[in-house]
Amino acid sequence: MTTTEKPDYKVIGTRPIRPDGVEKVTGKALYGADIHLPDLVQGAVLRSPHAHARILSIDTSAAEAMPGVLAVVTHSDLPVVADKVLDMGEGASTASDMSKNVLAADKALYRGHAVAGVAATNVHDALTAIEAIKVEYEVLPPVLNVQDAMRDDAPLLDASRHTRTPTGEESENASNVAAHNRFEGGDVEAAFADADIVVEREFDTKMVHQGYIEPHNGTANWNSDGTLTVWTSTQGAFAVRGALAELLQLPVSRIRVIPMEIGGGFGGKIGVYLEPVAALLSRKCGRPVQLTMDRTDVFQATGPTSGGHMRGKIAVKDGKITAAEVSLAFEAGAFPGSPVMAGAMCMLSPYEVENFKVDAYDVVVNKPKVAAYRAPGAPNASFCVEQLIDELARETGADPLQFRLSNSAREGTRMITGVAHPRIGQEETVQAAQASDHYQSPIEGPNRGRGVAGGFWFNAGMQSSVVASVNPDGTVNLIEGSTDIGGTRAALAMQLAETLGIEYDSVRPTVVDTDSVGHNDVTGGSRTAYASGQAVYEAGLDIQQQMVARAAQLWECEAEDVEYADGGLRHTSDSEKTMTFAELAGKQMETGGPLQGRGSVVARSPGAAFGVHVVDVEVDPDTGKVDILRYTIAQDVGTAVHPAYVEGQMQGGVVQGIGWALNEEYYYGEDGRMENASFLDYRMPTSLDLPMIDTIIVEVPNPGHPFGVRGVGEVPIVPPLAAIANAVHDATGHRFTELPISPRRVVEELHNLQ
Amino acid sequence: MPRRTHIQTTLNGEEIDFLCEPRQSLLEVLRDELGLTGTKEGCNNGNCGACSVLMDGRVVNSCCVLGVEAEGAEVVTIEGVADGDTLHPLQQCFLEEAALQCGVCTPGFIVAAKALLDSEPDADEGRVRHWLAGNLCRCTGYDKIVRAVLKASEMEEVSA
Repeated sequence: MTTTEKPDYKVIGTRPIRPDGVEKVTGKALYGADIHLPDLVQGAVLRSPHAHARILSIDTSAAEAMPGVLAVVTHSDLPVVADKVLDMGEGASTASDMSKNVLAADKALYRGHAVAGVAATNVHDALTAIEAIKVEYEVLPPVLNVQDAMRDDAPLLDASRHTRTPTGEESENASNVAAHNRFEGGDVEAAFADADIVVEREFDTKMVHQGYIEPHNGTANWNSDGTLTVWTSTQGAFAVRGALAELLQLPVSRIRVIPMEIGGGFGGKIGVYLEPVAALLSRKCGRPVQLTMDRTDVFQATGPTSGGHMRGKIAVKDGKITAAEVSLAFEAGAFPGSPVMAGAMCMLSPYEVENFKVDAYDVVVNKPKVAAYRAPGAPNASFCVEQLIDELARETGADPLQFRLSNSAREGTRMITGVAHPRIGQEETVQAAQASDHYQSPIEGPNRGRGVAGGFWFNAGMQSSVVASVNPDGTVNLIEGSTDIGGTRAALAMQLAETLGIEYDSVRPTVVDTDSVGHNDVTGGSRTAYASGQAVYEAGLDIQQQMVARAAQLWECEAEDVEYADGGLRHTSDSEKTMTFAELAGKQMETGGPLQGRGSVVARSPGAAFGVHVVDVEVDPDTGKVDILRYTIAQDVGTAVHPAYVEGQMQGGVVQGIGWALNEEYYYGEDGRMENASFLDYRMPTSLDLPMIDTIIVEVPNPGHPFGVRGVGEVPIVPPLAAIANAVHDATGHRFTELPISPRRVVEELHNLQ
Repeated sequence: MPRRTHIQTTLNGEEIDFLCEPRQSLLEVLRDELGLTGTKEGCNNGNCGACSVLMDGRVVNSCCVLGVEAEGAEVVTIEGVADGDTLHPLQQCFLEEAALQCGVCTPGFIVAAKALLDSEPDADEGRVRHWLAGNLCRCTGYDKIVRAVLKASEMEEVSA
């Protein structure tokens, strides 16, 4: 479904095979753990068995004396760093917090917190050696959820931490609440007093993990001249380089980060965990060191996303939402930095809400420090708001999609941040869902129900740079620095081919290391096809301009008399004078030398993404199992560059949301131990749990991008939590306000009703 | 160092031998001793299927098989699925159907799906979903993977 006449693209909108495809289906692609270097040794990391403990002493002498052991490091091997904020692209942290997260300093703040690293000639010796490290702990009571952490008498993770209040001041008392922010607009009290209907509920969600299949890894070689090379699976090679420069106090130019293929990230592979430890070990032993996590480490010691507690209250008058009051408290994990602000800013953005009061609390708890996870914060917050909206639609007797359409934001509607939406596709997306075959078909049968929900994500812009080298045979090498998680090599090559009017197969994209291209921010925020795409477009225009000048030189005319069109050059008044792209590419030596195009952008107009989901479920009242019978997602993608990969993003995001809604949670014992730190017990959806996921691509072009591209990857995970809860309510008559809606919870809550 | 055992096996059609410690898994041997890194480690405890290989025609999680158990067996890894530079229909269909995003689970899926189509070339969607339930993918939501396997099953080379 498109809303406007699309330009007659030749490459954009097609479905070519990705450039890195053959290597990935034949097993030749090299991921971080696949790197083998001469003299490479392996390492292991000792982790805290306690969720909260003071580290009184660490004795590494026995481990260091063991056969095969080459080096042992602890926090004391890291330089002291300032409290400087490091913006990693999706989520910021201070350098000192990051340093304490990489290797615990005076306290272990979660079970799995790294305490020491060992390098040995093989991984088995390293694993044996970490057991010989003697750590004396003073075990402290852990705080494991936001309500407990916010109590006045709660044990404090950091006694020097005070709350930054909405006015920017520091609270008088020390607290686990790192920050409290507030958005206020209109007259909330008057609107609630004047409302026809008000609904109010509390909601809870649990910590969940991104669940990428490839565990974290980091391989480092520290040379005696102070140069450091790091091979890693990361969403942001430049973010890793910047973090290492800060944590290790090295000049940026001395660090080369080589991004290996990355086996999934979803926001969770932006921060650094193993890389600094591998670097320290390499410096100590003088050999390259490789560290990899096992799955338990991935769950316990890398960033999941927040669980939290939410309270929402929304008012309706004459079918219109008139006021919303929402309070969100999200777990940040061991150090401040939950995505609660993003959640707060997203949850009401599909709608026009004049009167609002939104409070957002960032709360530290004794769990791993959270990391970004696909539209961080928005799914939780929408779980609250989209259920309240469903309830309001029901109470007013309105169709839930029509209710959303009647209250939709459009161009000019202000979000709670005060920023007005530019051209957006919210209404078109709701209408596409309404018109879908799925929504038009009845749902029948006992214990079955249908739910809908909407979602919003900002999408990010940030910095990208690329270089495109024209080869004498008319092919082009595209040098880029955006790591490719799911097909962006293809999406970028397609945009360069489109810009130049040449074949997709003529463009060969390569993701290079941090020494080999200008700065590129992370592959995150759904920014790569959009922002790096814009850099690619700029590089294409640069090539066009240079080619025009060179053609003018060959034809001995003015550059104004030459135009670049349809993948070639032509004289505007002499139709005899034409040259194909390849012909001019073959004349580089006689026209000024090697031809390179450059594109460098700070992309500032990422068109926001909207998604509307429709889901049918069947609830087994005896076992509590919820089956997904049918799922349809409609989403405004601006322009679908490679529709198959766009659909893939939509389907993948939905299925992560299905897992979050129905099964996934960090399940903690009272001692702060995660009880389900394996893929068997942390139950992600399998192929058997799912139907096909139907996609409706809505294209309302982003006016801020030459091809109208909007970010695609994140918003698909926003609506499923609420859409499924709404469907389960439709099936059972019971509203589930706590995730996951697992068989145990369904049986318990339905049983309690009887 | 524990004593290493001499193992003879057939790997991707080639008779080879290697030395391995009793504690080393087949996955570790393939990746670290034989340099075949196409087989991936996702969990190292048999939950995710990223390390799927064929052993005497059966799909196994190579992280749950000891290297010494490969003695006398026929092992096929992702590196042995294509016929020279001709991709297996499954590999071709995975590319055409965009059935991979990050690609790290892909070798396991292709190996597991090959075992299915070798024995059940007419497998339907339900059967494919059931068979592949031991392989986790976090990127695709499985839709395009299932379509790719079904498409491959319709191709002549597989059904012949």
